[in-house]
Amino acid sequence: MNIFYAVLILGILGGVFGLVLAIASKVFAVKSDPKLALILDCLPGANCGGCGYPGCAGCAAAILAKKAPVNACPSCSGLQTSRIAAVMGVEVKAQERRVAFVRCSGGSRASHKFRKYVGIDDCVAAMKVAGNGPLDCAYGCLGLGTCVRACKFDAIHINEYGAAIVDQNKCTHCMQCAKACPRGVITDVPYASDIMVPCGNRDKGPAAKSLCTVSCIGCRLCEKNCPAGAITVTDNHAAIDYTKCTSCGFCVEKCPRKLIRDIHATGKVEPVA
Amino acid sequence: MDWRILLDIALGAVLINNFILVQFLGICPFMGVSKKMDTSIGMGFAVIFVMGLASALCYPVSLLLDALELQYMRTVAFILVIAALVQLVEMFLKKAVPTLYEALGVYLPLITTNCAVLGVVLLNVQNDYNFIESVVYGVTGGIGFLLAIVLFSSIRERLEFSDPPKAFKGFPIALVTAGLMALCFMGFSGLKIPW
Repeated sequence: MNIFYAVLILGILGGVFGLVLAIASKVFAVKSDPKLALILDCLPGANCGGCGYPGCAGCAAAILAKKAPVNACPSCSGLQTSRIAAVMGVEVKAQERRVAFVRCSGGSRASHKFRKYVGIDDCVAAMKVAGNGPLDCAYGCLGLGTCVRACKFDAIHINEYGAAIVDQNKCTHCMQCAKACPRGVITDVPYASDIMVPCGNRDKGPAAKSLCTVSCIGCRLCEKNCPAGAITVTDNHAAIDYTKCTSCGFCVEKCPRKLIRDIHATGKVEPVA
Repeated sequence: MDWRILLDIALGAVLINNFILVQFLGICPFMGVSKKMDTSIGMGFAVIFVMGLASALCYPVSLLLDALELQYMRTVAFILVIAALVQLVEMFLKKAVPTLYEALGVYLPLITTNCAVLGVVLLNVQNDYNFIESVVYGVTGGIGFLLAIVLFSSIRERLEFSDPPKAFKGFPIALVTAGLMALCFMGFSGLKIPW
């Protein structure tokens, strides 16, 4: 008899709760815009935070509320962005794909003479102690991998020289690595561009030369030899204007430091020397 | 109702018999969502909320079971009540107080299977608490949870930057820390309000 009661009571309890929940789901139903799910489908879902919102759901809600532009997601490809734009019923201009770029390729080829760092393998931690980590160059990549841990797309790694390097095919330009980097070494370049200057050193020539074997010494040979006038040397450092660069490769030939590279000719952002 | 009894219950639930550090209930969310201070605060308030409500709602259910002499069905019945309650509260909050719903976030559904919540309703029955005592025990038990998880998360935030031996990295050192905190809370065991 007892078991009968037990079954009955639990059955009734379960039934009542089920009924209450069923009614409640009707009464408390919140209308959510079907567009929200459509937008969320287009987003990558990695919750990288590159858009500045808490995760992809937050970004989708912001786009839907028109608080964010349809191209708010820096990781979305042009196709995904145009699909979001179609959902929202607006036009979006095709944007040039950009990727993160590490302005240093020194690693073990940079001088480590005067500083030594013993501690946690983390660039932020290294920057907190006197001497700012193991590298003598004040502009270079420490290679302790803070950016590698920040990347949600497995697109940045420490290369064999001990400097960070971006896998341009995987990079989605969310720029979380640049935010994580305490040295500010990481910038971005157009994906289509070929010629790179992987150095950020602004020291004068002799100083830059003594710090690293692959540093820009500001000799201006590239600037003088560029037929398109795309390279300017400011603060002892060559910078390429990619709107003018024609990838002719004269600067690559002329660079006495073998620093300027055509990454698509060599296949990767690696030094020739 | 003597308010001193309630104060005794509250003191017991927050410090002397802290759910996490003395009774070792609800360790799962304690370890799981204590990596950051703000998430742990969110979880803490969600637990206070659900524990208080569950205590109130399970009281009549336990009376019903007592009347039918089905005391052995308590655990099953309480799980049913808590699960349904959390679902209901979630739906209600989503509609009525969206800001609170967003603040509690994923922690609300997580609590459904939190053993501290089940523990509090079972202990209510074991200690023969009446309705008001039950609710006070539930809410203050939640406050104890909040206290423990916020303290723990603040330690864990610092542990992130410490450099323990490789074998201790991550959860092992967190568990050792939790053990040391439990030792500290043992110090409250003699605490009594001198009426």
